[in-house]
Amino acid sequence: MDIFRALKSYYWKDKGFLWGSIAGLAVATALGLIYPLLLKSLIDDMILAEKYDGVLGLTLTAVGVIFVKAAFQYVHGFSGGRLGNRIAYRLRNACYEKLQQLSFSYYDTARTGDLMSRLTADIEGVRMFIGFGFAQLLNTGLLLVFGFTMMFFVDWALTLLILVFIPVLGFVAIRFEQAIHPVFRSIRSAVGRLTVRVQENITGVRTVKSFAREPFEINKFVKENVDYRDNHLTLADVWAKYFPMMEFIANLSVATLLLAGGWRVIAGTMTLGELVAITGMLGFVVAPLWTLGFQINGYTQSKASGERLLELLYQPISVKNRDNSLALDDEAVQGHIRFDDVSFRYTNRDDLPSALLGLQLDAPAGTVVGLLGGTGSGKSTAVGLLLRAYDVGDGAITLDGIDIRHIELESLRRQIGIVFQESFLFSTTIKENIRYGRPDATMEEIEEAARYAQADGFIRELPLGYETIVGERGMGLSGGQKQRIAIARALLNKPKILILDDATSALDMETEHEIQTAIRKVMAGRTVFMIAHRISTLRHADEIIVLDRGHTIQRGTHDKLVRQPGLYRETYRIQYSDRPEELDYEADGECASERRVSG
Amino acid sequence: MSRQFVYQDDELIEKPFNWKQMGRLVTFVKPYKAEVGKVVFVMLVFGMLSKLAIPFLTMLAIDRAIFPKSGEGSLSLLLTIAAAMLVLYGTRWWAQKYTIHRTNEIGQRVIFDLRAALFKHIQSLSFRFFDKRPAGSVLVRVTNDVNSLQDMFTNGVVNTAIDIVQLIGITVILLFIEPKLALAVIVTVPLMFFVSTALRKKIRMAWQIVRIKQSRINAHLNESIQGIRVTQAFAQEKENIAYFDEMNRSNIRSWNRASALNQLFGPLIEITSAIGTLILLLYGTYLIQSEAMTVGVLVAFITYVGSFWEPITRLGNMYSQMLISMSSAERIFEFMDERPAVPEKEGAKPISQLSGRVQLDNVTFGYENDRPALKGINLDVKPGLSVALVGHTGSGKSTIVNLICRFYDTVEGRVLIDGQDVRDVTIDSLRSQIGIVLQDTFIFSGTIRDNIRYGRPGATDAEVEAAARAVRAHDFIVDLPNGYDTEVEERGNVLSVGQRQLLSFARALLADPRILVLDEATASIDTETELRIQEALGTLLEGRTSFIVAHRLSTIRHADCIVVLDHGEMMEMGNHEELMKRPGHYRNLVEAQYRFLSA
Repeated sequence: MDIFRALKSYYWKDKGFLWGSIAGLAVATALGLIYPLLLKSLIDDMILAEKYDGVLGLTLTAVGVIFVKAAFQYVHGFSGGRLGNRIAYRLRNACYEKLQQLSFSYYDTARTGDLMSRLTADIEGVRMFIGFGFAQLLNTGLLLVFGFTMMFFVDWALTLLILVFIPVLGFVAIRFEQAIHPVFRSIRSAVGRLTVRVQENITGVRTVKSFAREPFEINKFVKENVDYRDNHLTLADVWAKYFPMMEFIANLSVATLLLAGGWRVIAGTMTLGELVAITGMLGFVVAPLWTLGFQINGYTQSKASGERLLELLYQPISVKNRDNSLALDDEAVQGHIRFDDVSFRYTNRDDLPSALLGLQLDAPAGTVVGLLGGTGSGKSTAVGLLLRAYDVGDGAITLDGIDIRHIELESLRRQIGIVFQESFLFSTTIKENIRYGRPDATMEEIEEAARYAQADGFIRELPLGYETIVGERGMGLSGGQKQRIAIARALLNKPKILILDDATSALDMETEHEIQTAIRKVMAGRTVFMIAHRISTLRHADEIIVLDRGHTIQRGTHDKLVRQPGLYRETYRIQYSDRPEELDYEADGECASERRVSG
Repeated sequence: MSRQFVYQDDELIEKPFNWKQMGRLVTFVKPYKAEVGKVVFVMLVFGMLSKLAIPFLTMLAIDRAIFPKSGEGSLSLLLTIAAAMLVLYGTRWWAQKYTIHRTNEIGQRVIFDLRAALFKHIQSLSFRFFDKRPAGSVLVRVTNDVNSLQDMFTNGVVNTAIDIVQLIGITVILLFIEPKLALAVIVTVPLMFFVSTALRKKIRMAWQIVRIKQSRINAHLNESIQGIRVTQAFAQEKENIAYFDEMNRSNIRSWNRASALNQLFGPLIEITSAIGTLILLLYGTYLIQSEAMTVGVLVAFITYVGSFWEPITRLGNMYSQMLISMSSAERIFEFMDERPAVPEKEGAKPISQLSGRVQLDNVTFGYENDRPALKGINLDVKPGLSVALVGHTGSGKSTIVNLICRFYDTVEGRVLIDGQDVRDVTIDSLRSQIGIVLQDTFIFSGTIRDNIRYGRPGATDAEVEAAARAVRAHDFIVDLPNGYDTEVEERGNVLSVGQRQLLSFARALLADPRILVLDEATASIDTETELRIQEALGTLLEGRTSFIVAHRLSTIRHADCIVVLDHGEMMEMGNHEELMKRPGHYRNLVEAQYRFLSA
């Protein structure tokens, strides 16, 4: 119950509903037990005694009891539903808020599917148990106690006899749950695997088709499909083994009662009405016992769900505001960035060496910094640290002389515009996507940003223009178009600091050049960090830093670097090899053979 | 509220029961009709019989053995009846076990067949199909929609049959035992049906609204997790939280409504049944009083009528379930009815080992009817040559390679490979001789080795490594924690974009195709990787006909033939030297590039 105590704050405010749910069910149950008593009275006191005057009154009482019982049953259902919904609402909001706050490092290892199932299936599990399951479990206990007490008063000897069946039935019900529990778990994972398999196939359909591997994919799928089916058949096996057995035991108890009770009626030690009543009560008591296993299962499932939710809710946030963190005055921010001997290692990847080592950098407002380097060289890490996606390991990054760890996160990030390597667009209109960072931006501002990003033209050509909805991961747009929208999104704010993480890779040279010119205009007097693989992109940077495995191996302007042997010149040579006159060495500009292609 | 995010909803449907869909579903059960017959027989004869006979035996026990109208009770008769009951209960145990086993087996097989047929069919569909649908909407057809038919096929069909027979059986027995009382009680059945169906419909609609809102929440959750980096970088956490709260609130409101209605169902049915009870008790006692009936009959009636309401509620439930299933079935069959846009000709032959000549003969094509993507393209590429396709986004570069791979069929003109029209050969044999490296490399979940081997499943480990070495991917692979056995997945971040592209190079090389297509494959490769790629490209292209779609001059200039496209038309063609000699698009493009460098 610790889990539910920990979750208390999410439902305790609605304890009225909790009591309503429990009380409603308890009263309804108690009234259910009255009905057999009324039958007994009808048979013994009226029919057999041949005193028919009271029949109408008694029948109306029975109907009245049914009405009241139905009303209380509704109270239970209504309260339980409300209670469950409130807790689901609060938990879902809490989890969502938490997701918004968790840092990049959490998402580096988290799986979308796992988080999704916490926010859906696990919340559902807690909702069901607290709303209904808890009251039902309690009710089963109450019913057993009340039911047997009443039966005991009707006929104690018979009741004792029947009592033998109860532990047997309870035992089988619990065994049933134990057997079925692991099957449910493996069904869940089979469903998960099947889903992943299909999802992968569909998102990778272009690759599948280009290698003509459909038969292979079908085989992979069939394997999961078989697994899914077999798991369900195992479930049916368990079901077939226990369910009819439980029904048999319950039936057996009724038959035993009839036999033993009948014998007593024949012997004259019991009335017929008593037999009918006690049989009715037995049926009433036995019914919830069948589901005892499921009720217990509901409890354990929901406990596990609660645990997973708490794990998410208690997840430490690695990058957060410190006490007394500083809110920047947007107007006053200059954009002077310094990296002072910055090192960093991804904590979740112990097997890897430092991602960044002793980076030194001074970029006064108005500077353009270029970053070049291979995969894993530390370029993206450097800008990630500036964004406080992660906090530096050693050293410090300052903005206008203030350590960025002392600045309020939101306030820091408001100064920064970033375009990520993978341009992620939300499912909404292009307009909303561009003004994502500032929802109050006007249409003029949006169009201006789009023009800077060379996106206005193609957006206008779309049938719905800025109102075009771009779906799931920017469906329907080319990589270059997505990049341009992402650039417009970053430029809309006219941020003090702009980060372009390989943001123009899918664009052709001409478009890129136009964007560069626009950025220079917008970002005059502001600071730009540019990660790129093209020399033409980096060419105009005030300082270009060449990184390799976290180390700074070269730095300087284009003119300086191109005259030094090293990675930068190598790259330049490859990209511009047919302009030998600008270089002080021969390029191997030999061109294709005389082989011709005719049209 | 603003259109911060937009999610497409499923439509709210309440269509009449569709017999045609049902008919199509039934065809999936046909292979198992003998099995179905057996199950229904067992359940009806043994299961039903026992259920209906028990109250009858109870009646006999009371009226003949325990409390006969005249004379002493008979213990031996009571024992005989109890023994008969025991036999019936035993039979029922067995019959139920058998039925559960069999119905699940049949149902799961049907579901398996249906899902496999659907998946296979989807594999046969062409790019056009996938172009216009987000991956998620295809996924839910194969998973959720098929699953929602599961209940109907496993328990639904058999239970419905049983319920109907049970209703008829009870009615017949009641009429047989005591026709007058039976008629009086059965009068309430239409009322029950009326209440049940009227309320059901409201409940169904309410739950549909909940479902729609829930799937909207799921869509948003999924997206917000995947786009969390953008959200945090743009400091939009608070806005997202507010948006989600609104969404969550509205979901809970509709859930409250649905749940309040749903909880009404049980109590209302009970209240309706109270009318039956009223009639039964009053009229029953009257009949006993006038000595037209015995107490045993009354007790039997109470039991029978008790098990009367149950199948009625269940049938109503089943009907609702079926309506929901039907809309799933409709969606499934909508996919099944899709024909591949690129069909294989009747009697198409596999293409023989290619030499690699590719011809485009006056090819015209459009993705949408009114907007041509290619206009009258003629091209003849001799085996072994490399062709670079140059032009802006939307100029038709990718379209040309899509047609060569026959991902789409031309509107006019022909694509010939080794002189054969691509429409005359089997798609499989064609694509297995063409290697494609796409803009976005798709990584399948599995090891690095599996991913490279995707190009040729039979390849040995040595061949996989050789391919990786040839495209310079070997070094980074052995640096990974488990080398070639490192587990990777599509959304994982083990690999950088550049590394993914190198992997897809290895994949293509291993497949050893005669024709190779690189569709902007080098766009995001970092400098270091690019150096490797430049070296690797020679190996990769050696002796193959290749088509390279690229923006980078460095990749383009070595091609044997450069084709410049603009708005679907071919502007220029020739090698680098030739095209540089005369003024034109290509020279402008190249010169612009250097201009950007020095501008």
